[in-house]
Amino acid sequence: MQTSAIASHTLSVVVANKPGVLARIAHVFARRGFNIDSLVVSSSMEGNVSRMTITALGDPANLQQIIEQVKKLVDVIHCTDHTGEDVVVKEMALVKVHAGVAARTEVLQIADHFKAESVDMTETSMIIMAVGDSEKIEAMLKLLKKFKVVELCRTGKVVMARGEEPT
Amino acid sequence: MTKTSSNWDGAQMLVKSLEKEGVECMFGIPGGATIPIFDALVTTGTKIKFVLTRHEQAATHMADGYARATGKPAVVLVTSGPGATNTVTGILTAHMDSVPMIVLSGQAAAHMLGKDAFQEADIYGMTMPIIKHSYLIHDTNHIPRIVREAYHIATTGRPGPVLIDVPKNVSVAPFAGDPEAAMDLPGYDPTPAAPDPRLIQAIAGALQKARKPLLLLGHGAIIADACAAIRALAEKLHAPVTNTLLGKGSFPETHPLSLGMLGMHGTAYANKAMVEADLILNFGSRFDDRILGIPARFGRDAVKIHVDIDPAEIGKMIQPDIACVGDARMVAEALLKAVGKGDTADWLKRINAYKKEFPLHYRRTGGLKMQHVIEELFTLTGGKAIVATDVGQHQMWTAQYWKVDQRNNWLSSGGAGTMGFGLPAAIGAQFGRPKDLVISFSGDGGFQMTMADLATACNHKLPIKAIVLNNSYLGMVRQWQELFYDDRKSGVDLLGNPDFAKFAESYGALGLRIKRAADVRKVLTRALEYDKGPCVVDVHVHKEQNVFPMVPAGKALEDMIIEPRPRRGRPPARKK
Repeated sequence: MQTSAIASHTLSVVVANKPGVLARIAHVFARRGFNIDSLVVSSSMEGNVSRMTITALGDPANLQQIIEQVKKLVDVIHCTDHTGEDVVVKEMALVKVHAGVAARTEVLQIADHFKAESVDMTETSMIIMAVGDSEKIEAMLKLLKKFKVVELCRTGKVVMARGEEPT
Repeated sequence: MTKTSSNWDGAQMLVKSLEKEGVECMFGIPGGATIPIFDALVTTGTKIKFVLTRHEQAATHMADGYARATGKPAVVLVTSGPGATNTVTGILTAHMDSVPMIVLSGQAAAHMLGKDAFQEADIYGMTMPIIKHSYLIHDTNHIPRIVREAYHIATTGRPGPVLIDVPKNVSVAPFAGDPEAAMDLPGYDPTPAAPDPRLIQAIAGALQKARKPLLLLGHGAIIADACAAIRALAEKLHAPVTNTLLGKGSFPETHPLSLGMLGMHGTAYANKAMVEADLILNFGSRFDDRILGIPARFGRDAVKIHVDIDPAEIGKMIQPDIACVGDARMVAEALLKAVGKGDTADWLKRINAYKKEFPLHYRRTGGLKMQHVIEELFTLTGGKAIVATDVGQHQMWTAQYWKVDQRNNWLSSGGAGTMGFGLPAAIGAQFGRPKDLVISFSGDGGFQMTMADLATACNHKLPIKAIVLNNSYLGMVRQWQELFYDDRKSGVDLLGNPDFAKFAESYGALGLRIKRAADVRKVLTRALEYDKGPCVVDVHVHKEQNVFPMVPAGKALEDMIIEPRPRRGRPPARKK
C-alpha cells in the first residue's frame, strides 16, 4: 500500500495537562483521514504538562497541515515532527510464544541475541520482553514467528532528542 | 437569605465574571439546568442585558451579528441537551468566520454525567471540532479563571467561539475560590510578533517590481483593524483591490481602486484581474475554495504573498511565495513605510477597460429582479446601513450590488453558509448599535428557518428592515440544477410559503409587500420611514433568475461564465 510519498512520522506533542486534550488532538488526525499507528501519553517532569509521542503514516504535506492544526489547539504547547532528526526512538514489546520444553532453548537464544528477556515461563509458553528500536523488535518477531506467537503487545514509540537540548 | 459577594454561588460568580470581562449582552433561552444562572441574572443585579430568543440557533446568530457589528463578543446562554445542541450550527458559523462568541450551556449535575440523565448531551465533546476552545467546569472555584480564559481566547489571535459547559451542581455550589484567579494557558500565546524587517523588505521588493499587483482582502483585514493602513498602501502603490465575501468593508467598495468581490459570483473584472495579476498580496483571507476556482491554476503566474495571523492558514490551500505570519495592521503599516509609489498605469488602464466591458448589470424589465430591490435600497440609504444577509442567490446579489465602505457593516455567513443567519444577525447587530440602520436581506427559504425570532425584534421594538426576496424557490440550488443538471428540479420548490407581510403583522411588526418593479421605491421608502419596530417587506421577485458571473464548481477562475446563455424556451445545454 505504501507509495513513495507516504512515510511514517514520529511527532512529539507537549500539552497542558487538561481534560479533553487527547480527544482534541485525535479529532485533528481523524478529520484528515490519518491513522494513528501508536500513541504514548505520559506525564513529564512538570506535573501540569504531559508529553505525547504519536506515530502516524501519511504524506508529508498533509501531515504538515495536521501539525499546524495541532499546534493551534489552545492546550498544545508545541508539536514537532522528529522524522529524519537525530533522536532516540525506542519502544517495548511483550511477545507471548507457544513454546514447550523442546523449543525453549532456541527461543531464549533468540531473546538473548536481541538483549530481550524472558519474563514469564510455563510448560507450554513464554513471554519475551524486548526494548529498543522498532527495527530490532521487528527482526526478533520475524525469528519468533517460527514458533506460534500467541499474543503481541507493543507500547508504541517514545522519542527524545539527543544531546543537551530538550525534545 | 440575601447573598452578598462574599457568599456567592457558582452561578452568581459566573455572571459577575462575565460582567467583569465587559460582556454587555446575552442571548438565550432558559431550561432546567440553567435556572440557577437565570436566577443569578436577577440576584446579582448585573448590568448585562439578557435577550430572550425563540430558538437557541437564533440566539447564536444574534450574538454573532452583535460581534461582527461591534467587534465585541456577546454571550449565548442556553440549557443542557437540546438547548445546547441547537447552538451547534451557530458555533460552526462563528468558527468558520472567526467571530468571537461565548456559549454558556447548562449541563446535568456532574455525578449524573455519562448516565443518560434528563437533558444530558455531551456538548463539550460534540463541538470539539468546530470550536476554538471549550470547557466543562468541574469545580465552582475555577469559574473566574475559566471565564477570563474563555473571553481572552475568544477575542484574541484569530477570534472564535468558546463554549463553557456548566453542570448544575457547579452553578449552585458556594464559591470559595479566588475571584481574581489568573489565566493558566501555557499553550496559547496570541500576541503577534512585530513583523520581521527582512520579510517586510522582501515583500516591499516584490511589490516594487510588480507591474500588475493585486491586493486581496479577507475578514482578517477587518478583524485586525488594518483597513486604514491597507487603504493607504493600495493608494501609494496604485494597486487595485479585491475583497472576499467576508472582506466586504475592509476597503471602500466605492473606491476607484476597488474591484469588489472576487470568486464564484464575484465581478468579472475582479476575477480577470486575479487571473492576470503578477503579484497577489493577501491580507487575512484564507484562500477559501469559493475564490480559488481550481487551486492549482490559481494565480499561476503571480508572486503570491500571504499575510495571516494563523500559521495553519499558510500553505493550507495555496503555497505562497512569501509567507508572513502576523497582524495584518502591523504588516500593512510596516509595508507602507517600506514601499515607494507603484507604477501601474497600464495595469489600471486594462482593469478599467474590463470594468467598462464587463460591468455588473441586469435588466429592470421582464419581472421584478432582486438586484433592483437591493440597488434601490442602497440608493435610498446612501449605503449607510449595517447589512445582514442570509445564504443563497440574494446573498450573492447583495454582495455584488451593496457596496460596503466601512468595516463591521457587512454581516454574512461565509464559511458555513448558514441559512437562517440574516434575520437574527440583524437583530443582534441592532442591539449592539441601536442608533444605526440595520437591514437584513433573506430569501424565502432561509427566512423561514429562523423567522420565529421576529418576536424578539418586536418585543424590543427594533427598527430593523427585513427584506424577504421571495421567489418561492431554494433559488441557488435551483440555479445549479438548471445549469448543471439539465434543469431537473429536485427538492427546491417552496410550495406553501406563508404570506410574509401577514406573518409580520401577526407579530405586531409592519408587513409590506412588493409585487411590481414600479412599487419598489415607494414601498422601500415607507419601510425606511417606519421606526416603531421591525418591518418585513415581502418582495415577490422573478422566480427563475440566475446569478452571474459564475465560476462553475470545479472550474478555474478564467472559465467564469460572465453572461447567461439566452434562454430558448428549453434548458441550456450543459457546458462541456
